[in-house]
Amino acid sequence: MSVTKKFTYINRKAPYGSVYALESLEVVLIGAAFEQEVQLVFVDDGVYQLTKGQSTDGIGMKNFSKTYAALGDYDVNQIYVCEQSLADRGLTLDDLQALTYEDEDDDWAEKSSMNLVNREQLADLISDADVLLNF
Amino acid sequence: MKFAIQINEGPFTHQAADTAYQFTKAALENGHEIFRVFFYHDGVNNGTMYGVPPQDDRNVQALWSDLAEKHDLDLVVCVAAAQRRGIMDEDEAKRHGKGASNIAPKFRISGLGQLIEAGIQAERLMVFGD
Repeated sequence: MSVTKKFTYINRKAPYGSVYALESLEVVLIGAAFEQEVQLVFVDDGVYQLTKGQSTDGIGMKNFSKTYAALGDYDVNQIYVCEQSLADRGLTLDDLQALTYEDEDDDWAEKSSMNLVNREQLADLISDADVLLNF
Repeated sequence: MKFAIQINEGPFTHQAADTAYQFTKAALENGHEIFRVFFYHDGVNNGTMYGVPPQDDRNVQALWSDLAEKHDLDLVVCVAAAQRRGIMDEDEAKRHGKGASNIAPKFRISGLGQLIEAGIQAERLMVFGD
């Protein structure tokens, strides 16, 4: 299976309240083993998935937010966050986990995986995708 | 064209599984290939054989099973999503100490890798349901 496609995951929903964020992350982690190009987009309430300091103690749900920090180890390092969605919710990049990866082409230097994108860039990401998965 | 189908909603509450079925049937009738149908999220609930809708209504699971029988379709239910929602084949039921399996004919349980592979192999991945 030598075909390489661009898999783009659009995450649109808050981390709790529905199962989509968790089951999206499960696809991403499994998919990482297939050595495809992977892009993760966080838009609308999906930006809440990456917020720091999540606690689920009061709602009886599994807190899976720490798993995002492992994405870099799975070579998932193209993370795109919609800046308008952040602004609409009174959030900035500082409110989100600073996801990083180690660049094997640059002596394993630690680099940021996080990219702020506007609506136009978001549209380009979507039109450039080979396989688009919405969650 | 070679299609792969992903279904994210269960039967009856939403029309997504019906629409996916109609699309798949039409695609096959028009000479297209369906590489795989992958059931995810609540979509795994399409794969239980214990649904008994009224006789004057359609049986979504039976429609899929019959279509798969006729066209040798690969109907795959995501194992992780299925375990959460109680969809099991005999092996799974035994492994988890459950009394009986409920997977419908022509459906099989497998991993998320099957969805990724479908995305790679098919020319278009069609997603039905939220």
